[in-house]
Amino acid sequence: MSVIVGARSSIVRSAFVHIVLIVYTIIALIPAIVVLVNSFKSRRAIFGSPMSLPTPDTFSLIGYQRVFERGNFLLYFENSVIVTLVSLALIIVFGAMAAFALSEYEFRGHRALGLYLVLGVMIPIRLGTVGIVKLMASAGLSDTLTALILVYTAQGLPLAIYILAEFMRGVSADLKSAARIDGLSEYSILFFVVMPLIRPAIATIVVFTMIPIWNDLWFPLVLAPGERTRTITIGAQSFVGQFLTDWNAVLAALSLAILPVLVLYLAFSRQLIRGLTAGAVK
Amino acid sequence: MSRLVLENISKRYDKTIVIDRFDLSVADGEFVVIVGPSGCGKSTLLRIVAGLADQSTGRVILGDRDISLLPPAKRGVAMVFQSYALFPHLSVRGNMELGLRQARTDKKVVAERVAEAARILELGPLLDRRPAQLSGGQRQRVAIGRAIVRQPDVFLFDEPLSNLDAALRSQVRIEIADLHKRIGATMIYVTHDQTEAMTLADRIVVMHAGVVQQVGTPVELFRAPANVFVAGFIGSPKMNMLRGRAADGRVEIDGAGALPIKTRTVGDVIVGIRPNDIEINDDPSQGLTAKVIANEFLGTESNIRLRLKNDETVIVQTGPEHPWTVDQAVGLTARGSALLFTPGTGRRVED
Repeated sequence: MSVIVGARSSIVRSAFVHIVLIVYTIIALIPAIVVLVNSFKSRRAIFGSPMSLPTPDTFSLIGYQRVFERGNFLLYFENSVIVTLVSLALIIVFGAMAAFALSEYEFRGHRALGLYLVLGVMIPIRLGTVGIVKLMASAGLSDTLTALILVYTAQGLPLAIYILAEFMRGVSADLKSAARIDGLSEYSILFFVVMPLIRPAIATIVVFTMIPIWNDLWFPLVLAPGERTRTITIGAQSFVGQFLTDWNAVLAALSLAILPVLVLYLAFSRQLIRGLTAGAVK
Repeated sequence: MSRLVLENISKRYDKTIVIDRFDLSVADGEFVVIVGPSGCGKSTLLRIVAGLADQSTGRVILGDRDISLLPPAKRGVAMVFQSYALFPHLSVRGNMELGLRQARTDKKVVAERVAEAARILELGPLLDRRPAQLSGGQRQRVAIGRAIVRQPDVFLFDEPLSNLDAALRSQVRIEIADLHKRIGATMIYVTHDQTEAMTLADRIVVMHAGVVQQVGTPVELFRAPANVFVAGFIGSPKMNMLRGRAADGRVEIDGAGALPIKTRTVGDVIVGIRPNDIEINDDPSQGLTAKVIANEFLGTESNIRLRLKNDETVIVQTGPEHPWTVDQAVGLTARGSALLFTPGTGRRVED
């Protein structure tokens, strides 16, 4: 009897949870879908009925055409990809090295150093914009992708170190000892023994760090607004005018900008979910 | 050739002393078991020998080399861990090859040694599996195989059987004993289980709170324990310990009666009697008066738990068939060899 009641209440509960999740998903997806749908419509249709799907009458690729004709869209795209991937790689490599040192070695001041390294999670890096701009200017790095990569690496490291160190503490100490006896160097232990075991944590960091970098408008605007170094977010802005905005082109550019994030997310999502739930399940 | 000498090894963390001036010489081909309760410093000692932990003082000498300061891989030791510590993303073969590959050993030699180890441990059909696809016993065999292929001067075992279930434990224990006979290598084995120590060791080192209590063969430790700790730790069921006063060839146990024991010792003592050295008789006035409180039938023998008048519990081992029933009042006498210890120091009194 009680089993049946229990089963019924759990059905009710899971139905409730699913309704909440579905509503949330719809709310989260609508803006992206509106952008995508409208990017395939003529200008008049965008303003006439923004919520309707493109019909043979209103279908138009004019936005995409203009994006590829005007402006160096492919260059902006390439810049964004370079900045995002290089930053991610640096964050993972340096973050893993710092996290390994913090989780594996006992040394004087190691708690203080750990605290210092994760302090960045709490302080938004944009507060230091003026200093960063001055620094980059005097280092001769204004209007370079290097400037952006350095800033994003600094921005991403605290969270990466925090999460990776936590996961590395969970890796069996015997395994590291066995690797040392087998003659692996500390770097080999980190990259060939420990890192493969914390893939979910790495996936989590990749997704959480990648999206803010890809979407960032602030630092490309202040550090690298030049034509050669523009990222896709600034590129899309160039279709927004003071008096007249080319909505077809803006929407097409934004739709294209979603693609790589989507691809990476799909690639990492299974690992990501394991990373997010690891603490909860174990 | 590969005699291992541990000289004056100490380990301190701040003010806590984990190991206090440990000395041991292990002969070539000898099987030494270090045994003690958890936290006695035995695993730390093994890690110091392996080079995974630094000693605060002392030297580790292997053959004619001082290896105290060498990194683990250069010491000529191999270690088997309680948690197997297999690399989950490598196959069984990959796990066994890794150490040799790191040392840039010739590929043909690597293949030969892996094949040899697989033959000894009957791992042949498993070579291409991942550790996750193996059972606990198989995983520990792979870990042992990984040690064998490196052809170390010394094998180190850190509680290798503790993660296995009881049936598998005795099976792998026999495999380790056979392995030692076959390859004749020097082995140091750490455990908290006295049965493993007694069955495997040429020599046993008993440790307690970082200090060596006694070093000796299993028979020596069983027959002539140096102190109360060793006497209580070695042997199962545990030796019965009773406080009393010795005089005139008998020992008065506090509040429980008198026990006739041949001894010239006079004064306060702790009497240690193995459970199978006590005789039960149906006359409560003979020896110590006791009441049967429980009865464990184990097939080949029975353990009888009794309570003395001073509320202490005594365990007696008898044959499987016996007339004693719960709540029966009986008398207890010693059947010969009882050991006497000095109460303060716990040292055994030589008679």
